[in-house]
Amino acid sequence: MDMDLLQEAIPFLLKGAQVTLLIGLFGVLVGLPLGVLLALLRLSGRPWVVTCCSAFSGFFRGTPLLVQLFILYYGFGQLEFVRHNPVLWWVVGSSLNCAVLTVVLNTVAYTSEIFRGGFQSIPHGLVEAAQACGMSKWVTFLRVRFPLALRQALPAYGNEIAIIVKESSLASTITVLEITGYAKRLMSETFAIIEIFVIASVFYLVINLVAMLLVRQFEHYLSGGVKATRKIRI
Amino acid sequence: MTDVWRFLFEQGWAVSLLKGSAVTLGLGLLGMCVGLIVALPLAIVRWREVYLLGRLVEAYTMLVRSIPGLLIIYLIFFGSVQVVDQIGAFFGFQSALRSAYPFLMGVLAISIISSAYSVEVLRGALATIPEGLIEASKSLAMPRKAIYLRIVLPLMLRNALSGINNVWQMTIKDTSLVSVVGLGELMRTAALAAGISRSPLAFYLIAGLVFLLITWLSQRLFRVCEVHLNRGFRGAR
Repeated sequence: MDMDLLQEAIPFLLKGAQVTLLIGLFGVLVGLPLGVLLALLRLSGRPWVVTCCSAFSGFFRGTPLLVQLFILYYGFGQLEFVRHNPVLWWVVGSSLNCAVLTVVLNTVAYTSEIFRGGFQSIPHGLVEAAQACGMSKWVTFLRVRFPLALRQALPAYGNEIAIIVKESSLASTITVLEITGYAKRLMSETFAIIEIFVIASVFYLVINLVAMLLVRQFEHYLSGGVKATRKIRI
Repeated sequence: MTDVWRFLFEQGWAVSLLKGSAVTLGLGLLGMCVGLIVALPLAIVRWREVYLLGRLVEAYTMLVRSIPGLLIIYLIFFGSVQVVDQIGAFFGFQSALRSAYPFLMGVLAISIISSAYSVEVLRGALATIPEGLIEASKSLAMPRKAIYLRIVLPLMLRNALSGINNVWQMTIKDTSLVSVVGLGELMRTAALAAGISRSPLAFYLIAGLVFLLITWLSQRLFRVCEVHLNRGFRGAR
Protein backbone atom coordinates (compact mmCIF):
# COMPACT_ATOMS: atom_id res chain seq x y z
CA MET A 1 0.00 0.00 0.00
CA ASP A 2 1.65 3.24 -1.03
CA MET A 3 1.65 6.52 0.77
CA ASP A 4 0.10 8.58 -2.03
CA LEU A 5 -3.03 6.47 -1.95
CA LEU A 6 -3.31 6.85 1.82
CA GLN A 7 -2.86 10.59 1.53
CA GLU A 8 -5.53 10.79 -1.11
CA ALA A 9 -8.04 8.50 0.54
CA ILE A 10 -7.89 9.40 4.21
CA PRO A 11 -9.13 13.02 4.04
CA PHE A 12 -12.17 11.89 2.04
CA LEU A 13 -12.91 8.99 4.33
CA LEU A 14 -12.53 11.25 7.38
CA LYS A 15 -15.16 13.54 5.90
CA GLY A 16 -17.30 10.49 5.31
CA ALA A 17 -16.73 9.30 8.87
CA GLN A 18 -18.29 12.51 10.17
CA VAL A 19 -21.49 11.76 8.29
CA THR A 20 -21.46 8.12 9.44
CA LEU A 21 -21.01 9.28 13.03
CA LEU A 22 -23.78 11.84 12.63
CA ILE A 23 -26.24 9.20 11.42
CA GLY A 24 -25.09 6.81 14.14
CA LEU A 25 -25.44 9.40 16.92
CA PHE A 26 -28.95 10.30 15.80
CA GLY A 27 -29.77 6.62 15.63
CA VAL A 28 -28.71 6.05 19.24
CA LEU A 29 -29.81 9.32 20.85
CA VAL A 30 -33.25 9.44 19.20
CA GLY A 31 -33.72 5.74 18.60
CA LEU A 32 -33.06 4.53 22.14
CA PRO A 33 -35.68 6.63 24.00
CA LEU A 34 -38.26 6.08 21.26
CA GLY A 35 -37.48 2.38 21.21
CA VAL A 36 -37.97 2.07 24.98
CA LEU A 37 -41.23 4.01 24.64
CA LEU A 38 -42.43 1.68 21.88
CA ALA A 39 -41.49 -1.35 24.00
CA LEU A 40 -43.58 0.02 26.88
CA LEU A 41 -46.49 0.72 24.54
CA ARG A 42 -46.31 -2.82 23.24
CA LEU A 43 -46.47 -4.12 26.81
CA SER A 44 -49.25 -1.70 27.79
CA GLY A 45 -51.95 -4.29 27.08
CA ARG A 46 -54.30 -1.92 25.21
CA PRO A 47 -55.27 -3.96 22.16
CA TRP A 48 -55.27 -1.10 19.63
CA VAL A 49 -51.97 0.36 20.80
CA VAL A 50 -50.34 -3.06 20.86
CA THR A 51 -51.57 -3.89 17.35
CA CYS A 52 -50.39 -0.60 15.88
CA CYS A 53 -46.98 -0.77 17.53
CA SER A 54 -46.51 -4.41 16.55
CA ALA A 55 -47.41 -3.59 12.96
CA PHE A 56 -44.89 -0.75 12.93
CA SER A 57 -42.18 -2.94 14.36
CA GLY A 58 -43.13 -5.85 12.10
CA PHE A 59 -42.88 -3.74 8.96
CA PHE A 60 -39.53 -2.21 9.83
CA ARG A 61 -38.04 -5.52 10.96
CA GLY A 62 -39.51 -7.51 8.10
CA THR A 63 -38.29 -5.41 5.18
CA PRO A 64 -34.74 -4.48 4.21
CA LEU A 65 -33.55 -1.01 5.12
CA LEU A 66 -32.87 -0.42 1.44
CA VAL A 67 -36.58 -0.85 0.66
CA GLN A 68 -37.56 1.52 3.46
CA LEU A 69 -35.02 4.06 2.28
CA PHE A 70 -36.25 3.92 -1.32
CA ILE A 71 -39.90 4.10 -0.27
CA LEU A 72 -39.22 7.24 1.72
CA TYR A 73 -36.77 8.92 -0.62
CA TYR A 74 -38.07 8.02 -4.08
CA GLY A 75 -41.62 6.95 -3.22
CA PHE A 76 -42.74 9.76 -0.92
CA GLY A 77 -40.61 12.24 -2.85
CA GLN A 78 -42.91 11.64 -5.81
CA LEU A 79 -46.15 12.57 -4.00
CA GLU A 80 -47.55 16.05 -4.67
CA PHE A 81 -48.67 16.87 -1.13
CA VAL A 82 -45.24 15.94 0.25
CA ARG A 83 -43.57 18.22 -2.26
CA HIS A 84 -45.79 21.14 -1.27
CA ASN A 85 -45.50 20.63 2.48
CA PRO A 86 -42.32 22.43 3.62
CA VAL A 87 -41.77 20.27 6.72
CA LEU A 88 -42.24 16.95 4.95
CA TRP A 89 -40.19 18.12 2.01
CA TRP A 90 -37.38 19.17 4.34
CA VAL A 91 -37.23 15.57 5.59
CA VAL A 92 -37.81 13.66 2.36
CA GLY A 93 -36.24 16.10 -0.08
CA SER A 94 -32.77 16.01 1.43
CA SER A 95 -31.00 12.69 1.13
CA LEU A 96 -29.14 13.04 4.44
CA ASN A 97 -32.30 13.88 6.41
CA CYS A 98 -34.09 11.03 4.74
CA ALA A 99 -31.29 8.60 5.60
CA VAL A 100 -31.27 9.73 9.23
CA LEU A 101 -35.04 9.35 9.49
CA THR A 102 -35.00 5.86 7.99
CA VAL A 103 -32.17 4.68 10.24
CA VAL A 104 -33.97 6.09 13.30
CA LEU A 105 -37.29 4.44 12.41
CA ASN A 106 -35.54 1.16 11.72
CA THR A 107 -33.58 1.14 14.95
CA VAL A 108 -36.67 2.13 16.97
CA ALA A 109 -38.34 -1.07 15.77
CA TYR A 110 -35.37 -3.24 16.73
CA THR A 111 -34.72 -1.45 20.02
CA SER A 112 -38.35 -1.91 21.03
CA GLU A 113 -37.97 -5.63 20.46
CA ILE A 114 -34.79 -5.77 22.55
CA PHE A 115 -36.29 -3.83 25.44
CA ARG A 116 -39.57 -5.71 25.30
CA GLY A 117 -37.56 -8.83 26.07
CA GLY A 118 -35.73 -6.93 28.79
CA PHE A 119 -38.93 -5.75 30.46
CA GLN A 120 -40.51 -9.17 30.20
CA SER A 121 -37.54 -10.82 31.88
CA ILE A 122 -38.09 -8.88 35.11
CA PRO A 123 -39.53 -11.20 37.78
CA HIS A 124 -43.06 -10.09 38.56
CA GLY A 125 -42.33 -10.38 42.28
CA LEU A 126 -39.89 -7.49 42.11
CA VAL A 127 -42.50 -5.17 40.67
CA GLU A 128 -45.02 -6.35 43.25
CA ALA A 129 -42.49 -5.77 46.00
CA ALA A 130 -41.88 -2.24 44.75
CA GLN A 131 -45.62 -1.57 44.77
CA ALA A 132 -45.89 -3.05 48.25
CA CYS A 133 -43.26 -0.55 49.38
CA GLY A 134 -45.57 2.18 48.16
CA MET A 135 -43.60 3.17 45.09
CA SER A 136 -45.63 4.98 42.48
CA LYS A 137 -45.79 3.61 38.96
CA TRP A 138 -43.26 6.16 37.74
CA VAL A 139 -40.82 5.51 40.59
CA THR A 140 -41.16 1.75 40.07
CA PHE A 141 -40.30 2.25 36.44
CA LEU A 142 -37.36 4.53 37.13
CA ARG A 143 -35.89 2.61 40.06
CA VAL A 144 -36.77 -1.01 39.41
CA ARG A 145 -38.04 -1.85 35.96
CA PHE A 146 -35.87 0.32 33.75
CA PRO A 147 -32.49 -0.41 35.41
CA LEU A 148 -33.14 -4.16 35.40
CA ALA A 149 -34.40 -4.16 31.82
CA LEU A 150 -31.40 -2.07 30.79
CA ARG A 151 -29.00 -4.58 32.33
CA GLN A 152 -30.76 -7.40 30.55
CA ALA A 153 -30.95 -5.59 27.23
CA LEU A 154 -27.55 -3.95 27.13
CA PRO A 155 -25.56 -6.72 25.38
CA ALA A 156 -28.19 -6.93 22.65
CA TYR A 157 -28.36 -3.16 22.42
CA GLY A 158 -24.58 -3.07 21.96
CA ASN A 159 -25.08 -5.22 18.87
CA GLU A 160 -27.80 -2.87 17.75
CA ILE A 161 -25.39 0.08 17.90
CA ALA A 162 -22.97 -1.78 15.64
CA ILE A 163 -25.89 -2.50 13.31
CA ILE A 164 -26.84 1.20 13.22
CA VAL A 165 -23.30 2.12 12.24
CA LYS A 166 -23.31 -0.50 9.50
CA GLU A 167 -26.78 0.35 8.23
CA SER A 168 -25.74 3.96 7.86
CA SER A 169 -23.67 2.75 4.90
CA LEU A 170 -26.89 2.32 2.92
CA ALA A 171 -27.24 6.09 2.88
CA SER A 172 -24.65 5.99 0.12
CA THR A 173 -27.27 4.46 -2.19
CA ILE A 174 -29.24 7.70 -2.08
CA THR A 175 -26.16 9.84 -2.75
CA VAL A 176 -25.18 10.64 0.84
CA LEU A 177 -21.40 10.59 0.89
CA GLU A 178 -20.43 8.77 4.05
CA ILE A 179 -17.58 6.27 4.48
CA THR A 180 -18.97 3.67 2.08
CA GLY A 181 -20.04 6.33 -0.42
CA TYR A 182 -16.55 7.83 -0.54
CA ALA A 183 -15.02 4.34 -0.56
CA LYS A 184 -17.02 3.38 -3.63
CA ARG A 185 -16.05 6.60 -5.37
CA LEU A 186 -12.38 6.10 -4.53
CA MET A 187 -12.54 2.47 -5.68
CA SER A 188 -13.79 3.48 -9.10
CA GLU A 189 -11.33 6.37 -9.37
CA THR A 190 -8.12 4.68 -8.23
CA PHE A 191 -8.88 1.00 -8.98
CA ALA A 192 -7.05 0.19 -5.73
CA ILE A 193 -10.03 -1.80 -4.55
CA ILE A 194 -8.50 -3.90 -1.82
CA GLU A 195 -6.51 -1.04 -0.36
CA ILE A 196 -9.52 1.28 -0.19
CA PHE A 197 -11.59 -1.52 1.29
CA VAL A 198 -9.01 -2.07 4.02
CA ILE A 199 -8.80 1.62 4.90
CA ALA A 200 -12.58 2.05 4.96
CA SER A 201 -12.93 -1.11 7.06
CA VAL A 202 -10.46 0.26 9.57
CA PHE A 203 -12.68 3.34 9.95
CA TYR A 204 -15.72 1.19 10.64
CA LEU A 205 -13.74 -1.08 12.95
CA VAL A 206 -12.52 1.85 15.01
CA ILE A 207 -16.01 3.33 15.34
CA ASN A 208 -17.52 -0.02 16.28
CA LEU A 209 -14.70 -0.93 18.67
CA VAL A 210 -15.01 2.35 20.54
CA ALA A 211 -18.79 1.94 20.77
CA MET A 212 -18.38 -1.65 21.92
CA LEU A 213 -15.83 -0.77 24.58
CA LEU A 214 -18.12 1.94 25.94
CA VAL A 215 -21.03 -0.51 26.09
CA ARG A 216 -18.83 -3.16 27.75
CA GLN A 217 -17.68 -0.67 30.37
CA PHE A 218 -21.25 0.28 31.08
CA GLU A 219 -22.26 -3.38 31.20
CA HIS A 220 -19.47 -4.09 33.65
CA TYR A 221 -20.61 -1.15 35.75
CA LEU A 222 -24.18 -2.46 35.83
CA SER A 223 -23.33 -6.07 36.66
CA GLY A 224 -20.48 -7.84 38.41
CA GLY A 225 -18.02 -9.88 36.36
CA VAL A 226 -19.17 -13.40 35.53
CA LYS A 227 -16.70 -16.22 36.03
CA ALA A 228 -15.88 -18.38 33.03
CA THR A 229 -16.20 -22.15 33.32
CA ARG A 230 -13.26 -24.40 32.53
CA LYS A 231 -13.39 -26.51 29.39
CA ILE A 232 -12.86 -30.26 29.28
CA ARG A 233 -11.05 -31.64 26.25
CA ILE A 234 -13.12 -33.96 24.11
CA MET B 1 -53.23 3.29 -9.56
CA THR B 2 -54.63 2.00 -12.85
CA ASP B 3 -51.27 2.83 -14.39
CA VAL B 4 -49.48 0.56 -11.97
CA TRP B 5 -52.05 -2.15 -12.62
CA ARG B 6 -51.43 -1.90 -16.36
CA PHE B 7 -47.68 -2.04 -15.87
CA LEU B 8 -47.95 -5.08 -13.67
CA PHE B 9 -50.26 -7.22 -15.74
CA GLU B 10 -50.29 -5.95 -19.32
CA GLN B 11 -46.59 -5.28 -19.67
CA GLY B 12 -45.56 -8.29 -17.67
CA TRP B 13 -43.82 -6.67 -14.73
CA ALA B 14 -45.64 -8.98 -12.35
CA VAL B 15 -43.81 -11.93 -13.88
CA SER B 16 -40.49 -10.10 -13.67
CA LEU B 17 -41.13 -9.30 -10.03
CA LEU B 18 -41.94 -12.97 -9.37
CA LYS B 19 -38.71 -14.00 -11.07
CA GLY B 20 -36.84 -11.42 -9.03
CA SER B 21 -38.37 -12.83 -5.85
CA ALA B 22 -37.22 -16.30 -6.87
CA VAL B 23 -33.67 -15.00 -7.36
CA THR B 24 -33.84 -13.29 -3.96
CA LEU B 25 -35.01 -16.49 -2.31
CA GLY B 26 -32.37 -18.58 -4.06
CA LEU B 27 -29.65 -16.13 -3.14
CA GLY B 28 -30.78 -16.03 0.47
CA LEU B 29 -31.16 -19.81 0.83
CA LEU B 30 -27.84 -20.62 -0.83
CA GLY B 31 -26.01 -17.92 1.12
CA MET B 32 -27.56 -19.12 4.36
CA CYS B 33 -26.74 -22.81 3.74
CA VAL B 34 -23.15 -22.15 2.67
CA GLY B 35 -22.79 -19.82 5.65
CA LEU B 36 -24.05 -22.44 8.09
CA ILE B 37 -21.84 -25.17 6.64
CA VAL B 38 -18.79 -22.94 6.99
CA ALA B 39 -19.86 -21.71 10.41
CA LEU B 40 -20.24 -25.09 12.14
CA PRO B 41 -16.57 -26.12 12.28
CA LEU B 42 -15.56 -22.54 13.08
CA ALA B 43 -18.05 -22.42 15.94
CA ILE B 44 -16.75 -25.70 17.35
CA VAL B 45 -13.21 -24.33 17.16
CA ARG B 46 -14.28 -21.29 19.14
CA TRP B 47 -16.33 -23.28 21.60
CA ARG B 48 -13.49 -25.66 22.45
CA GLU B 49 -11.13 -22.68 22.65
CA VAL B 50 -8.62 -24.30 20.32
CA TYR B 51 -5.32 -22.51 20.76
CA LEU B 52 -4.76 -19.68 18.27
CA LEU B 53 -7.40 -20.97 15.82
CA GLY B 54 -10.14 -19.89 18.19
CA ARG B 55 -8.65 -16.43 18.28
CA LEU B 56 -8.42 -16.31 14.50
CA VAL B 57 -12.07 -17.25 14.14
CA GLU B 58 -12.96 -14.61 16.70
CA ALA B 59 -11.06 -12.02 14.70
CA TYR B 60 -12.80 -13.10 11.49
CA THR B 61 -16.30 -12.84 12.92
CA MET B 62 -15.49 -9.60 14.68
CA LEU B 63 -14.16 -8.13 11.44
CA VAL B 64 -17.03 -9.17 9.22
CA ARG B 65 -19.63 -8.21 11.77
CA SER B 66 -18.32 -4.69 12.11
CA ILE B 67 -17.96 -3.90 8.40
CA PRO B 68 -21.11 -2.97 6.46
CA GLY B 69 -22.37 -5.62 4.07
CA LEU B 70 -22.41 -3.08 1.28
CA LEU B 71 -18.65 -2.55 1.59
CA ILE B 72 -18.04 -6.32 1.49
CA ILE B 73 -20.20 -6.57 -1.61
CA TYR B 74 -18.26 -3.76 -3.29
CA LEU B 75 -14.99 -5.50 -2.47
CA ILE B 76 -16.12 -8.82 -3.85
CA PHE B 77 -17.69 -7.45 -7.01
CA PHE B 78 -15.17 -4.82 -7.98
CA GLY B 79 -12.22 -6.80 -6.72
CA SER B 80 -13.00 -9.99 -8.58
CA VAL B 81 -14.23 -8.87 -12.00
CA GLN B 82 -10.84 -9.20 -13.63
CA VAL B 83 -9.77 -12.38 -11.88
CA VAL B 84 -12.99 -14.18 -12.75
CA ASP B 85 -12.80 -13.00 -16.32
CA GLN B 86 -9.27 -14.35 -16.64
CA ILE B 87 -10.24 -17.69 -15.14
CA GLY B 88 -13.16 -17.90 -17.57
CA ALA B 89 -10.94 -16.99 -20.52
CA PHE B 90 -8.38 -19.60 -19.49
CA PHE B 91 -10.90 -22.43 -19.38
CA GLY B 92 -12.88 -21.13 -22.32
CA PHE B 93 -16.28 -20.61 -20.71
CA GLN B 94 -16.08 -16.86 -20.43
CA SER B 95 -19.63 -16.14 -21.58
CA ALA B 96 -21.22 -18.72 -19.30
CA LEU B 97 -19.24 -17.41 -16.36
CA ARG B 98 -20.12 -13.83 -17.19
CA SER B 99 -23.85 -14.47 -17.04
CA ALA B 100 -23.66 -16.47 -13.82
CA TYR B 101 -21.05 -14.17 -12.31
CA PRO B 102 -23.28 -11.69 -10.43
CA PHE B 103 -25.27 -14.49 -8.84
CA LEU B 104 -22.21 -16.49 -7.79
CA MET B 105 -20.49 -13.43 -6.37
CA GLY B 106 -23.74 -12.51 -4.63
CA VAL B 107 -23.89 -15.92 -3.00
CA LEU B 108 -20.25 -15.59 -1.97
CA ALA B 109 -20.78 -12.17 -0.41
CA ILE B 110 -23.98 -13.19 1.37
CA SER B 111 -22.43 -16.38 2.73
CA ILE B 112 -19.39 -14.51 4.05
CA ILE B 113 -21.70 -12.19 5.96
CA SER B 114 -24.11 -14.86 7.18
CA SER B 115 -21.32 -17.25 8.21
CA ALA B 116 -19.83 -14.68 10.57
CA TYR B 117 -23.19 -14.23 12.32
CA SER B 118 -23.89 -17.97 12.29
CA VAL B 119 -20.59 -18.69 14.04
CA GLU B 120 -21.65 -16.46 16.92
CA VAL B 121 -25.10 -18.04 17.10
CA LEU B 122 -23.80 -21.61 17.02
CA ARG B 123 -21.09 -20.81 19.53
CA GLY B 124 -23.67 -19.32 21.87
CA ALA B 125 -25.81 -22.43 21.50
CA LEU B 126 -22.82 -24.68 22.13
CA ALA B 127 -21.93 -22.72 25.23
CA THR B 128 -25.28 -23.57 26.84
CA ILE B 129 -24.53 -27.30 26.70
CA PRO B 130 -23.62 -28.27 30.26
CA GLU B 131 -20.04 -29.49 30.54
CA GLY B 132 -21.37 -32.29 32.74
CA LEU B 133 -23.10 -33.89 29.77
CA ILE B 134 -19.85 -34.06 27.87
CA GLU B 135 -18.06 -35.38 30.91
CA ALA B 136 -20.76 -38.04 31.28
CA SER B 137 -20.49 -39.13 27.67
CA LYS B 138 -16.71 -39.30 28.01
CA SER B 139 -17.07 -41.41 31.12
CA LEU B 140 -19.18 -43.83 29.07
CA ALA B 141 -16.25 -44.04 26.67
CA MET B 142 -18.31 -42.77 23.76
CA PRO B 143 -16.15 -42.16 20.73
CA ARG B 144 -15.63 -38.54 19.79
CA LYS B 145 -17.77 -38.82 16.68
CA ALA B 146 -20.68 -40.17 18.68
CA ILE B 147 -20.34 -37.43 21.28
CA TYR B 148 -20.70 -34.83 18.56
CA LEU B 149 -23.42 -36.54 16.56
CA ARG B 150 -25.51 -37.79 19.45
CA ILE B 151 -25.01 -35.23 22.20
CA VAL B 152 -23.50 -31.98 21.03
CA LEU B 153 -25.15 -31.30 17.68
CA PRO B 154 -28.77 -32.15 18.61
CA LEU B 155 -28.57 -30.05 21.74
CA MET B 156 -26.91 -27.25 19.81
CA LEU B 157 -29.57 -27.28 17.12
CA ARG B 158 -32.36 -26.86 19.64
CA ASN B 159 -30.66 -23.94 21.30
CA ALA B 160 -29.50 -22.34 18.09
CA LEU B 161 -32.82 -22.39 16.27
CA SER B 162 -34.04 -18.96 17.32
CA GLY B 163 -30.62 -17.48 16.57
CA ILE B 164 -30.54 -19.17 13.16
CA ASN B 165 -33.96 -17.68 12.56
CA ASN B 166 -32.56 -14.23 13.28
CA VAL B 167 -29.59 -14.76 10.98
CA TRP B 168 -31.94 -15.95 8.25
CA GLN B 169 -34.12 -12.86 8.58
CA MET B 170 -31.01 -10.73 8.33
CA THR B 171 -29.62 -12.68 5.39
CA ILE B 172 -32.78 -12.48 3.30
CA LYS B 173 -32.81 -8.74 3.88
CA ASP B 174 -29.11 -8.45 3.06
CA THR B 175 -29.76 -9.93 -0.37
CA SER B 176 -31.34 -6.61 -1.30
CA LEU B 177 -27.87 -5.04 -1.10
CA VAL B 178 -26.67 -7.12 -4.03
CA SER B 179 -29.09 -5.19 -6.24
CA VAL B 180 -26.72 -2.23 -5.95
CA VAL B 181 -24.19 -4.00 -8.16
CA GLY B 182 -26.77 -5.05 -10.72
CA LEU B 183 -27.97 -8.58 -9.97
CA GLY B 184 -31.56 -8.85 -11.17
CA GLU B 185 -33.18 -9.81 -7.91
CA LEU B 186 -36.37 -8.45 -6.40
CA MET B 187 -35.08 -5.03 -5.41
CA ARG B 188 -33.34 -4.46 -8.72
CA THR B 189 -36.46 -5.45 -10.66
CA ALA B 190 -38.55 -3.13 -8.51
CA ALA B 191 -36.11 -0.30 -9.15
CA LEU B 192 -36.25 -0.90 -12.91
CA ALA B 193 -40.05 -1.01 -12.85
CA ALA B 194 -40.12 2.12 -10.70
CA GLY B 195 -37.90 3.94 -13.15
CA ILE B 196 -39.87 2.99 -16.26
CA SER B 197 -43.36 3.44 -14.81
CA ARG B 198 -42.44 6.58 -12.85
CA SER B 199 -44.28 5.29 -9.81
CA PRO B 200 -41.54 4.34 -7.34
CA LEU B 201 -43.86 4.35 -4.33
CA ALA B 202 -46.02 1.51 -5.68
CA PHE B 203 -43.17 -0.70 -6.80
CA TYR B 204 -41.00 -0.27 -3.72
CA LEU B 205 -44.07 -0.96 -1.57
CA ILE B 206 -44.65 -4.15 -3.57
CA ALA B 207 -41.01 -5.14 -3.00
CA GLY B 208 -41.45 -4.44 0.72
CA LEU B 209 -44.60 -6.56 0.81
CA VAL B 210 -42.85 -9.47 -0.89
CA PHE B 211 -40.07 -9.27 1.69
CA LEU B 212 -42.68 -9.16 4.46
CA LEU B 213 -44.36 -12.23 2.98
CA ILE B 214 -41.06 -14.11 2.80
CA THR B 215 -40.09 -13.25 6.37
CA TRP B 216 -43.58 -14.01 7.67
CA LEU B 217 -43.77 -17.41 5.97
CA SER B 218 -40.27 -18.40 7.06
CA GLN B 219 -41.11 -17.26 10.60
CA ARG B 220 -44.01 -19.73 10.64
CA LEU B 221 -41.81 -22.49 9.30
CA PHE B 222 -39.31 -21.86 12.06
CA ARG B 223 -42.11 -21.95 14.63
CA VAL B 224 -43.04 -25.45 13.39
CA CYS B 225 -39.41 -26.58 13.64
CA GLU B 226 -39.15 -25.13 17.12
CA VAL B 227 -42.19 -27.06 18.33
CA HIS B 228 -40.79 -30.20 16.76
CA LEU B 229 -37.36 -29.82 18.37
CA ASN B 230 -38.84 -28.99 21.76
CA ARG B 231 -41.24 -31.92 21.81
CA GLY B 232 -39.29 -33.88 24.43
CA PHE B 233 -38.87 -30.97 26.81
CA ARG B 234 -41.13 -29.81 29.56
CA GLY B 235 -42.96 -26.55 29.11
CA ALA B 236 -42.70 -26.70 25.34
CA ARG B 237 -45.40 -24.72 23.64
